[in-house]
Amino acid sequence: MSRSTLKILARGVAAGAVAAFALTALPAQAANVFRFAFQGDIKSLDPYSLKESFTIGMHGAVYESLITRDKDLKLAPQLAESWETPEPTRWRFHLRKGVKFHDGSPFTADDVIFSAQRVRAPGSNFQTNVPGDAEFVKVDDYTVDMLLKKPNPIAVYQFSGWYIMSKSWSEKNNATQPTPPTAAAPSYATLHENGTGPFVITEHQPGVKTVFKKFDGYWGKVESNLDEAVFTTIGNDATRVAALLSGEVDWVDPVSLQDQQRVNSSGTATVMAGPELRTVFLGMDQWRDELKDSSVKGKNPFKDPKVREAFYRAIDEDTIAKRVMRGQATPSALLIAPTLFDRANEIKRPATDLKRAKELMVEAGYPDGFSLTMDCPNDRYVNDEAICQAVVSMLARINVKVNLNAQPKAKYFAKVLSPGFDTSFYLVGWTPSSQDSHNILFEIAGCRKPGDKSGRGGWNLGGYCNPKIDTIADQVEAETDKTKRDALIKEGFDTIQADWGYIPLHQQALAWGVSKKVHLVQRPDNMLLLYWVSKDPQ
Amino acid sequence: MLAFLLRRVIQAIAVLAVVGLIAFSMFRFAGDPVNQIVGPDTPASERAEIRKSLGLDDPVLLQFARYAGDVVQGRLGISYQFRQPVSQLLAERMPATLELAFCATVFALVVGVLMGVFCALRRDSWLAGLFQAVSLIGISLPTFLIGILLIYLFSVTLGWLPSYGRGDTVRLGWWTTGFLTWSGLKALILPSITLGLFQMTLIMRLVRAEMLEVLRTDYIRFARARGLSTRAVHLRHALKNTLVPVITIAGLQLGSVIAFSIITETVFQWPGMGLLFVQAVQNVDIPIMSAYLLLVALIFVTINLVVDILYTVVDPRLRLSSATA
Amino acid sequence: MSGRDIDAGGAPPVPLQAATPGRLARWRDSDLLASFLRSKTAIVALLATILMVGLAVAAPLISPQNPYDPAQLDLINSNLPPIWQADGQAPFYLGTDDQGRDVLSAVLYGLRLSLIVGVLGVITSGIIGIALGLIAGYAGGALDTLIMRVADVQLTFPAILIALVVDGVARASFGGALDVGPLIGLIVISIGLSFWVQYARTVRSSVMVEKGKDYVQAARLIGLTPPVILVRHVLPNVTGPVFVIATINLALAIITEATLSFLGTGLPETMPSLGTLIRTGNRFLFSGEWWIVAFPGLALAGLVIAINLLGDWLRDALNPKLQ
Repeated sequence: MSRSTLKILARGVAAGAVAAFALTALPAQAANVFRFAFQGDIKSLDPYSLKESFTIGMHGAVYESLITRDKDLKLAPQLAESWETPEPTRWRFHLRKGVKFHDGSPFTADDVIFSAQRVRAPGSNFQTNVPGDAEFVKVDDYTVDMLLKKPNPIAVYQFSGWYIMSKSWSEKNNATQPTPPTAAAPSYATLHENGTGPFVITEHQPGVKTVFKKFDGYWGKVESNLDEAVFTTIGNDATRVAALLSGEVDWVDPVSLQDQQRVNSSGTATVMAGPELRTVFLGMDQWRDELKDSSVKGKNPFKDPKVREAFYRAIDEDTIAKRVMRGQATPSALLIAPTLFDRANEIKRPATDLKRAKELMVEAGYPDGFSLTMDCPNDRYVNDEAICQAVVSMLARINVKVNLNAQPKAKYFAKVLSPGFDTSFYLVGWTPSSQDSHNILFEIAGCRKPGDKSGRGGWNLGGYCNPKIDTIADQVEAETDKTKRDALIKEGFDTIQADWGYIPLHQQALAWGVSKKVHLVQRPDNMLLLYWVSKDPQ
Repeated sequence: MLAFLLRRVIQAIAVLAVVGLIAFSMFRFAGDPVNQIVGPDTPASERAEIRKSLGLDDPVLLQFARYAGDVVQGRLGISYQFRQPVSQLLAERMPATLELAFCATVFALVVGVLMGVFCALRRDSWLAGLFQAVSLIGISLPTFLIGILLIYLFSVTLGWLPSYGRGDTVRLGWWTTGFLTWSGLKALILPSITLGLFQMTLIMRLVRAEMLEVLRTDYIRFARARGLSTRAVHLRHALKNTLVPVITIAGLQLGSVIAFSIITETVFQWPGMGLLFVQAVQNVDIPIMSAYLLLVALIFVTINLVVDILYTVVDPRLRLSSATA
Repeated sequence: MSGRDIDAGGAPPVPLQAATPGRLARWRDSDLLASFLRSKTAIVALLATILMVGLAVAAPLISPQNPYDPAQLDLINSNLPPIWQADGQAPFYLGTDDQGRDVLSAVLYGLRLSLIVGVLGVITSGIIGIALGLIAGYAGGALDTLIMRVADVQLTFPAILIALVVDGVARASFGGALDVGPLIGLIVISIGLSFWVQYARTVRSSVMVEKGKDYVQAARLIGLTPPVILVRHVLPNVTGPVFVIATINLALAIITEATLSFLGTGLPETMPSLGTLIRTGNRFLFSGEWWIVAFPGLALAGLVIAINLLGDWLRDALNPKLQ
């Protein structure tokens, strides 16, 4: 290439650069833009693809459900103005009139019936949000009936995660089925949205950024004063906090525990901490006849309640909450957050007692302890690996040698959830998706039975089993009287504790880093809902 | 010549096939993708069904054959986590990685050559000592720590430069560039330094060593004896001869810069292919992982091929005669 | 650099035992020692390396705590600053981390692990690389092509990716958690498989130069088998460059182990190497608990710089063109 061509080329590039600078400099209007970052990303825009709190919250800015949950997590009308149960198996929903989807088409009963089918179709991750046996019937354009086979007092508890999609839009774009993981081609709905919510998504680059803009045709009044919201994924803890401290973003989640003081003393941002619904607990394998990867051969020490009690009493949760969690955790006696069960405070956590724990080990026949392997995720819950390490050193004091196997969540869940549940001792965090205790009694504490397809005990990784719990769970499901129902639930939780079936640890605190210019609502379910976010104009 | 070329191309394809097989078989051990696809309360029976429909129960060789067949036809599959074609995801992310790799290489070359020349010419000055000490840090601390320290200093404490991302980008066709906006340029600085530091150290040391060697050769002595100014000797003769191996090395290193951008992109949340790969590993997104490895292999094999061909085309004697001219 | 030994080529092979003292003597009188004594940097670097290795070897004797024994860790002692700061407490001279682990002990034990991993990794890659290089260079032809193509494949995979493969395969086949022994083995293999190419290429090119020389032809004529020729006659001529590569790779291997920790496939937090300590410590960089990352970082940087300086000096000293 000769020198003159180079010069011409250089001139061309320079001119282009100037033009581009001019172009990018122009749209500097005074829009109120909220920038926010989360450790994960919005994987799909299809509202039935992935049941994960943050994604559901983000979808909530553009999609709406019949019944939503308000700032206190109480049921509240959204696309259904009101609802009633004329008979125990019939629910009637009166739909809101004058609502428009983002493409301009009106919202009617047909969309509800279509969405009820789509959400329960194969490939949907939200099949259990709508009762499987429910039949939806159109009464008129703005009235829909839901017919059940048997009474179910919590039938609509998970409706807030069931977003209504447009029938005509889905049909037009060949997206009438939820995108299954095996799809040969991406569905239109994974990259585009068409909801009725107060925001529209104008740009979506999975894993990079997503841009929300105010929807001018929204039916209701919106608290938010934002014109635009820009979402970015920042996976690295330090980088995320740095972005908040330097003012590049207005909101981050989570702020790691050790950085909270720094954020609070920055003067520009604060940590919004609140109790989360998720409960972190330890489970023990009471299923196998011989414990895996243990020095004990021919038997399983966890089948002896004394060993389980010894573990419970040796693990000093108060110190874990204070030191490892730096005070940002509430020790829990139950496998459910106290906000989700009104009588939670009646059950107390058995006290830590190292002496008693040692005695119990002697009584159980393990004066010299034993060894076993513990499975622990290291990128799933707040300080998960550090909690497990603390547990390891606490158990060392009753001569139990724990071989810690801390792994990234992909490998961890693959191991513990493999057929047969490959774990002896593990740490898991759980939020009941129905926000109701039945979920715990059924999925976490229900007996595992080979060949059972109901899902009972599906997350009972240690195979804890007391048939009494199953009976109680079935009664709880059908009981409509709240007092009686709560009494049953309490009996269930009392039973788990008396059996030393699980070792509940704590509810971790939410840790949002929020710029002082921003005002928003934090709910215990850890969802960021853009319609409650406001930012002081510059 | 043609036979040689043909042989090398066939070898290159064989290399790619082997990489594909190794990459593919390793993914079977990276975790169960099904758990990443569905939510936690999906029953085991449904999980088994998904596993089956993804073909994860088939023998490895069959799975590989199916995959290879798809790749040959240009189908890289659909990402499990994003539900988008992998080729499209990679194309979206590629400009970010290439621009970062380019800036890091330019930084490494310019700074590395300058510092190397200086260290060779002023071997015993304190500044040369300082340069060498500073360059040692580049290979003595892990990349991720250097990145975080830079963020801490320049983003959090001084507030000069952004801590994450590419800033505003401009779209030119399918390519997105950060070169045309102020924020895009600022965002490039810290990641480029982090990524280029290691190469810079290598180049600096190489230049210094080569320069020292060249300065001792006869023709430099002759040049000096001919009365040419020291500056002319150093720059026109010594440096010129030094640059050939330096550029070769830099070219060969370009592939590894792209591969090692994994770490830098993770620290700076740089939306490139490396970050995509790390996210894919964490989420056991097999199609992305396979495609990324194949792409890196392709880049390497191409660079190797080009270097080999160049070496054959340019007779070594040609280089020698031009050097002494 | 192959010039020095050529005159010995025509003579019958000297038995190895007899050769050793002779080599030592030669070394003593050589330029190498003189050059070493002339270079202050080299002396300081060597002393620093010896000091670090000494500390690592003596770690169990001089550490206030055994950081691998969970029973010795107490959360009550967590996050203590170094002794000279207000809340510092003996015997935690350099402070403690979030588990109550003594930073000084952790650094000493970590130094030990990092050195073990680095040295074993370099030895492994050296053995693989030298063997393959000798074979490729001597045999030539299809075998040479095969080995060098395999080298190309290997270059495609950065160490991190190889480690992910090896780690994944091993964990899947052993199941459960690995003890520190097998885990170190895994990382060593990953590093060994990542760094052998450089040795192989260097050795191969040297062999190709040497094999045409008279002494090799002579050795072949008197009926020595290829392995004997390779090991006794060709190998000594490439020890110089191999040693230089090894030193620089040792530093690289230690860094690689640290990077693997960052990606979560290194040594576990309960048995921290320097790299693991830095990875966990960098979480505390913004919170003011600087000592958790600073001391392991200094130890790592010091070790790697010292080894690199030694490598530099060695390369310059062994390069005849620079003398």
